[in-house]
Amino acid sequence: MTQNTIYTPYHPRWHRTRVSTYWWLARGSYFLFILRELSSLAVAWFVVYLLMLISAVSKGNDAYQQLLHWSGTPFALFMNIGSFVFVVLHAVTWFNLAPQAMVVKVGSRRVPGFLIAGSNYAGWVVVSIAIVALLFIQW
Amino acid sequence: MYIKRPIEPMLWLLFSAGGVMAALVMPMTLFLFGLAFPLGWLAPPTYDRLLAIVSNPLTRVILFVLCSLSLFHWAHRFRYTLYDGLQIKHLNEVINMVCYGGAVVGTLVAAYLLVMVP
Repeated sequence: MTQNTIYTPYHPRWHRTRVSTYWWLARGSYFLFILRELSSLAVAWFVVYLLMLISAVSKGNDAYQQLLHWSGTPFALFMNIGSFVFVVLHAVTWFNLAPQAMVVKVGSRRVPGFLIAGSNYAGWVVVSIAIVALLFIQW
Repeated sequence: MYIKRPIEPMLWLLFSAGGVMAALVMPMTLFLFGLAFPLGWLAPPTYDRLLAIVSNPLTRVILFVLCSLSLFHWAHRFRYTLYDGLQIKHLNEVINMVCYGGAVVGTLVAAYLLVMVP
């Protein structure tokens, strides 16, 4: 690609108006976009919390009870409740975008978007039920 | 640039895979451990139960994949949040190092912690 580039000397520069650093405050849809992008921080926090939980479980019952107790402190509640809201925002926006990202064809027909999004939501329900079953149901 | 072009598609792949894993697993898990147990809505599982779940080899593999892919998802998305959102372009290399480097370190920590589970 690059080896055929021809540079024009004294080429006029395009005029570009500078975009404000806070452009995402200009409109509701921009703001929602930036909130969606920021959900990655909640995803990262979840991993940190999960690793704390795994580490506590390896150490023993005392460490596990301590972590459960710590989870009730204002800081932990703030982080976890905030992250929960953002993780749900991530999940909903992710599944809604799935039809745009996946082009599934059966024969020559494209599978309609609502079926792809719907199957993603169905998967979400199944996994959520599986987590509850794994934690609570006595086999 | 530390991140060369040919690995860019790979990073998008990790971002997508992590996004799916995170969307499927995190809301319910965080609801239970972050809200329902600490606020007393539900009784948390006993220690023995949780140890049995975590020490199962299949669970360990799933948890490892979840942690690693989710961290790469974070790295990729957060990198572009800083790039587009705050237009921090002059610190590109530092941001890439911190984001992807953080994901690699987190992956190693996750592997260590999961191997150490009795």
